[in-house]
Amino acid sequence: MTAMSRVAIVGVGQTEHRFRRDDVTYPELAREAVARALAHAGLEVRDLEAAVLALAPDALMGVAHAERWVADALGVAGKPFMRVNTGGSTGITTVHAAYFHVASGLFDCVLAAGADRVGESGDAQLVLNTMWDVLYERPFPLNAINMLALQAVRYMAKYGTTEYHMALGAVKNRRHALRNPHAHLRKEVTVEEVLASRVICWPIKLFDACPQSTGGCALVLCSEEVARRLPGPKAWIDGVGNCVETYFMGDRMGPAAEHDHADADALAEAIARAYRQAGIRDPRREIDVAELYAPFSNIELHAIEAAGLCDKGQAGRLLEKGEFHLGSRQPVNPSGGVLCANPIAVTAMVRVAEAALQVMGHAGERQVEGARTALATGIGGDHQFYGAAVLRGER
Amino acid sequence: MSDPVIEIEQHWDIHYRHAAGEMGSHFFRALREKRILGRRCPQCRRVLLPPRGFCDRCFVTTSEWVEVAPDGVLEAFTVVAQKFTGMPDPPYVVAYARLRNADTAMVNYLRGVDLSDVRAAAQRLAVGMPVRAVFTARPEGRMTDFWFEPAR
Repeated sequence: MTAMSRVAIVGVGQTEHRFRRDDVTYPELAREAVARALAHAGLEVRDLEAAVLALAPDALMGVAHAERWVADALGVAGKPFMRVNTGGSTGITTVHAAYFHVASGLFDCVLAAGADRVGESGDAQLVLNTMWDVLYERPFPLNAINMLALQAVRYMAKYGTTEYHMALGAVKNRRHALRNPHAHLRKEVTVEEVLASRVICWPIKLFDACPQSTGGCALVLCSEEVARRLPGPKAWIDGVGNCVETYFMGDRMGPAAEHDHADADALAEAIARAYRQAGIRDPRREIDVAELYAPFSNIELHAIEAAGLCDKGQAGRLLEKGEFHLGSRQPVNPSGGVLCANPIAVTAMVRVAEAALQVMGHAGERQVEGARTALATGIGGDHQFYGAAVLRGER
Repeated sequence: MSDPVIEIEQHWDIHYRHAAGEMGSHFFRALREKRILGRRCPQCRRVLLPPRGFCDRCFVTTSEWVEVAPDGVLEAFTVVAQKFTGMPDPPYVVAYARLRNADTAMVNYLRGVDLSDVRAAAQRLAVGMPVRAVFTARPEGRMTDFWFEPAR
């Protein structure tokens, strides 16, 4: 492999994430995020050389080939353009694609952007049901919630954790979201309220779950040469990693399984790849803050473990001791995370955006003091597609 | 306050006819005889269920059918308490079970459990508990010809 150009995120833009945004259409919403990212970078739309669009399964928005509708909003008419879709990890895979554009030396300034409007159909879970195997799994009411409840059950059985440990993460993230004006859910909850909230798919209860959000996100990525000419802070993408897990969830269960559905071993591999590229050897010392994709409280536990921030099965017990909270040594999801906003196509890009803001020192009230190195992750499919990025600031 | 925003209501209702392929067709025909067939990988020797024409781990073609036993263990479950559009009325249990001579688990409903209290029902289920596949009286060659039940 030849040496690649170093790549920096120089502009971050996101909309406020809400249940619906009836005041704007899909492209208008995306453009809002793009305009904010360009303004943050101090760049003009004519500076963009190409764009990569984050667009999740079409039926979530109800428009086939919606890249037609939104391409103009990314400001690249007459320029190279592509769409990326890996389900829930779409946002971070899109960042990877934009990164490869620049790291290859073929482009100096590339946009990664998108938006989603999950609130326009109440039937997201019916759409997601259609991702399961046409012959053998589709006849059953699988959806994103119950497939991750299946994970929670295996995790609890393997490590002896309980619904209480899940609730701790929900409480932490809701508290963090109070500091994030972009977050969708900004209301504190207590452990007792989480435990008493109505069951959706046991053990996942209402307050363990993310909302259905509408929102947009955009990042401007530049080569080192161009980034150095810009006055603002940079978030250098020093490592990217990706990994694909088995198609069938049932292949991750039993003695013959290479990975257990309880854990996120393929996420760990994606993160390890990003760590290797970034030269991270001891994440417990070297990662200052992590934005980990976790749409349900149980998923944050094994994502923390996959990031190497603690041993397997320990994340819940450490949450109880105050670890991973804002103010602790290694805060996880200071934005409130996916639990407090899930605009599906860009959710994993928001993780990268939030990580970038942290190492730029632009995270406002949710800033982790002195954050220099941050990890962002994404998860898509039925825990099939995983992505990670390590960002470093210059402060 | 400005005038209210207008909503345009739309609906997708799209019809598909998915081919099961030769291998899948054989599997579904066997279900009509109340037999569940897995497919053995010639290289890693795993019996894969649902059956598939190639092993994702070894990337080799599979050809050997293996009939699996109706008894096995519960590998994962969830008690669903919320109504989702286009899905059955709750409560119901979605479960993955690994039948005795299969190396992978497969999804189906878990029936034969009192679900009148969802939280209490969840406490009565456990990963690793014995279950069995139970067939309907007149199978039609569909995945819903059978389901899992606790084996007691």
